[in-house]
Amino acid sequence: MLKLPLSALATLRQGWTIGSLLLLLAIPAQAAENVANVSTLPWWFWPLALFVTCFFIGIVAVPAGIGGGTLFVPIVGGFFPFHLDFVRGAGLLVALASALAAGPMLLRGGLSSLRLALPLALLACMSSIAGALLGLALPASMIQTALGIIVLGIVTLMLMSKKSEFPYVAQADRLSSALGIHGVFVDGASNRTIDWQVHRTPLGLALFLVIGVMAGMFGIGAGWANVPALNLLMGAPLKVSAGTSGLVLSLVDSSAAWVYLNRGAVLPMIAVPSVVGMMLGARIGARLLHVLKGSVIRKMVIALLLFAGIRALLKGLGLWV
Amino acid sequence: MNDASSTHAQQQQAEASRYALLLDWGTRIGLLALVISFAAYLFGWLKPHVPLEQLPGVWSLPVATYLERTATPTGWAWLTLVYKGDLSNLVGIALLAGCSLPPLLGLIPLYLKRRDYAYAGISAFVAMVLVLAASGILTGGH
Repeated sequence: MLKLPLSALATLRQGWTIGSLLLLLAIPAQAAENVANVSTLPWWFWPLALFVTCFFIGIVAVPAGIGGGTLFVPIVGGFFPFHLDFVRGAGLLVALASALAAGPMLLRGGLSSLRLALPLALLACMSSIAGALLGLALPASMIQTALGIIVLGIVTLMLMSKKSEFPYVAQADRLSSALGIHGVFVDGASNRTIDWQVHRTPLGLALFLVIGVMAGMFGIGAGWANVPALNLLMGAPLKVSAGTSGLVLSLVDSSAAWVYLNRGAVLPMIAVPSVVGMMLGARIGARLLHVLKGSVIRKMVIALLLFAGIRALLKGLGLWV
Repeated sequence: MNDASSTHAQQQQAEASRYALLLDWGTRIGLLALVISFAAYLFGWLKPHVPLEQLPGVWSLPVATYLERTATPTGWAWLTLVYKGDLSNLVGIALLAGCSLPPLLGLIPLYLKRRDYAYAGISAFVAMVLVLAASGILTGGH
């Protein structure tokens, strides 16, 4: 009898899980092919499909190490019949709710630094308002095309970027020294106490201005950009970067979300199932973190983003409507 | 760890604890309001402004056309229709979007007590940006 080694069985089981997730995520894609016939479907079909999709996005987003908002806007914008204005409004709320839910725990655990987050958030909040206003003023096709390009850029960033657990910062820059941006955190994995400081703060501030514009314009949150900026550019330890990114996101997405709310671009029937589905999925994703292989999930998410990015680009260009 | 960095760490922990406590409660209240109002909307306990059956015909429209077609108010004018099932959800959404404000304001006295005027000012500025965004003044929502 053919005996498979345990590792092969585990890989098969993971492959099956991932395949199932991909198939479930593809349901709305198939249904969206009949957007013209949407009136023949009962009104509850799309919110239910949205809830299910967001639940699975929530599951895969945590092990993949990206925010749910990054997956939400390209997937829902590309394969659901909702206008991109409402999708971006909901996307911001999804990213906001996730950041708010994780924020207190990260702060109490010392993984999120207020001293690092607040100056960056101040600039990013201001620019996210400008980004949101710009996004709501531009034609949907232009935003869709730009979204496709941004998503493909995120894919490239995910494939290329390296992470540094504890970057070496020889000397803190003058601005970060003046603001007292440094801290201590205890790394749970190694039980080490890490003293950290940052450098290149002016450049970091400028980068967060750009990140704010993108977060507001596309409603995709900005964890994908925050973490490399904090970790690779400014030299914050990886865990502090991830934790602080959530805190910055909670403030940036709040200011942009107000713009969408004031402009009437938040439809509860789209936003609430998305937020609830994503939060429930993220709880399961956090539990599966030890079971699923992060690298495999990450590859799957990259493939999914690549597909959604190409779809957004082609939809924006009118080549695949 | 020397004395200076130990004091710095303790101060950061105090800031973080206060911010986390206020953020935690704000988020819980916002999510609870959102779930309750959505249940009322979904199960028809509150009559919606836009009937559920009509949603598929309007959710694919650009926001400006949607607002015109459904006569949905912008800015804070939704408060006058808060008893409608769909618009009642905006209470929970507004609470979530605004729940960073109390923690930010809670930091200011802590920083002032410590004579950390730079961070008291930064916290006040971030809070001001959020208030401006919420007011609709910057966004032309009013």
